[in-house]
Amino acid sequence: MHSVVPRSALRGRSQSSHDKLATSLGLFSIALGVAELLAPRAVCRAAGIEGLEKVIQAYGAREIATGVAILTSHDPEPWIWARVAGDVADIATVATGLRQDNARKDNNVVALATLVAVTAVDVVCASGLTAEKGGRRTAIADYNDRSGFPKGLQASRGAARDFKVPKDMRIPDLLRPRVA
Amino acid sequence: MKALVWHGTTDIRCESVPDPRIEHERDAIIKVTSCAICGSDLHLYDHFMPGMKSGDIMGHETMGEVVEVGSAAKSALKVGDRVVIPFTIICGECEQCKRGNFSVCERSNRNKELGDTAFGHSTAGLFGYTHLTGGYPGGQAEYLRVPMADATHIKVPDGIPDEKLLFLSDIFPTGWQAAVQCDIEPTDTVAIWGCGPVGQMAIRSAVLLGAKQVVAIDRLPERLSMARAGGAITINFEEESVIERLNDLTGGKGPEKCIDAVGLEAHATGSIDSVYDRAKQAMMLETDRPHVLREMMYVCRPAGVLSIPGVYGGLLDKLPLGAVMNKGLTIRTGQTHVNRWTDDLLNRILDNQIDPSFVITHTEPLERGPEMYKTFRDKQDGCIKVVLKPGMNGALHA
Repeated sequence: MHSVVPRSALRGRSQSSHDKLATSLGLFSIALGVAELLAPRAVCRAAGIEGLEKVIQAYGAREIATGVAILTSHDPEPWIWARVAGDVADIATVATGLRQDNARKDNNVVALATLVAVTAVDVVCASGLTAEKGGRRTAIADYNDRSGFPKGLQASRGAARDFKVPKDMRIPDLLRPRVA
Repeated sequence: MKALVWHGTTDIRCESVPDPRIEHERDAIIKVTSCAICGSDLHLYDHFMPGMKSGDIMGHETMGEVVEVGSAAKSALKVGDRVVIPFTIICGECEQCKRGNFSVCERSNRNKELGDTAFGHSTAGLFGYTHLTGGYPGGQAEYLRVPMADATHIKVPDGIPDEKLLFLSDIFPTGWQAAVQCDIEPTDTVAIWGCGPVGQMAIRSAVLLGAKQVVAIDRLPERLSMARAGGAITINFEEESVIERLNDLTGGKGPEKCIDAVGLEAHATGSIDSVYDRAKQAMMLETDRPHVLREMMYVCRPAGVLSIPGVYGGLLDKLPLGAVMNKGLTIRTGQTHVNRWTDDLLNRILDNQIDPSFVITHTEPLERGPEMYKTFRDKQDGCIKVVLKPGMNGALHA
């Protein structure tokens, strides 16, 4: 039997720091998504991009869906990775504002830096959750000495044939195999 | 006292809660010496089972020592008795209890209206489970209040380790009932889906009851190795077709008896219906993932028996009832009538026919219970069965 199991959660909890971080990211996703969906122009202005309000609204819907999935799923890991993929799309979109003639280029640079920072947090969270789940390689694959039969397997085959199956659990005689 | 408390999806904590006290004259209080995490606890942990409330104490596999007895339970129990507590709370007096159908006791579910609404008619009260079954505080704790304790207990002798006796509370009689209700003949092939703790007990039970061959189906190497140790032929469903192999093993006729020891959270990686179930479950259009039921309905030999100890909670989709009807299959299912079997099973343990402790892979202090839920759910560290010990020295395991 094992005496030491690697600690995978906070003391006295079933959740790890990465699980808690995932919950925070889920709430953040929903808050950002609502802002993008309801005030796309303000978000565009803050991010130093123009004319992409429809795209931002679509991203808002994505953020809300991802956030709800993170908060309601018993396994947030794939949804945090989905956030990372979304971060890449966000960065690519906001990077279109890196033009010399962009009057809000300062906003744009700050927005990009923020996105990179959020992406880093997402990657740390997703990687942590993936590591906690581990791979099948962590499994101890051999319990072939655990028959559970103190008298041995061969001696145990049919050892309980004396047991009388209760009447309500017997199969009807017509369904029994015919004995030659 | 310390107890494992449910706070939401995947959120279980070891917390201090008020000690239980005698609330009714039929109650008893036991000091828990060992408890275990059951596969069906994971349905609560993952929150697939409705009717949980934040603050619920988990656990329904418990044993210990009686420390207080209500006046009406004194004829059956006394302080100092060593008892295993069945996961079903039973009155011992209603029509169903008298017939031995303890898991559908008519009196022990204190939330009868909820049970009636969910299932048509309520079932027995269960420890540490959903409020649909009474919402009784569970036994993953230092102490447990046992309602209707004069009937709800299994007395066990001193001098035998807890580990050999603890599983009389649930998984051993559950695996046993799964095999018994197959009414196994010496010519039968018994196919068992799922090599978790109940599947392992069902394998041993089918072997003891004299099946011609027992076939166990899973995907995890450590579980398959334990199944082989118990005498099963194994199928890794990630490496071969379950249906083709079962037909090969039975001369093309299919197994006579099929046992679903998986239940509502089937992980049928790669199968089309599994993707369908996950999508529907995510959209809340289906509560359970019944891949195993579909497969056994399809592969079972005509006039065969489907035995379903695996837990299902609600609504399922795309079940091939045409196969069930046309092949004349018999379906037997239900929560386990624990006390119906335990006298016999205790004797089989004392007679060394079986030692159920073979299934234990992890023994940890109660305080580490919450993270062991995660280890068990994610099948990490070769985990098959976790036993928790209140008072065990946690520092050794930090």
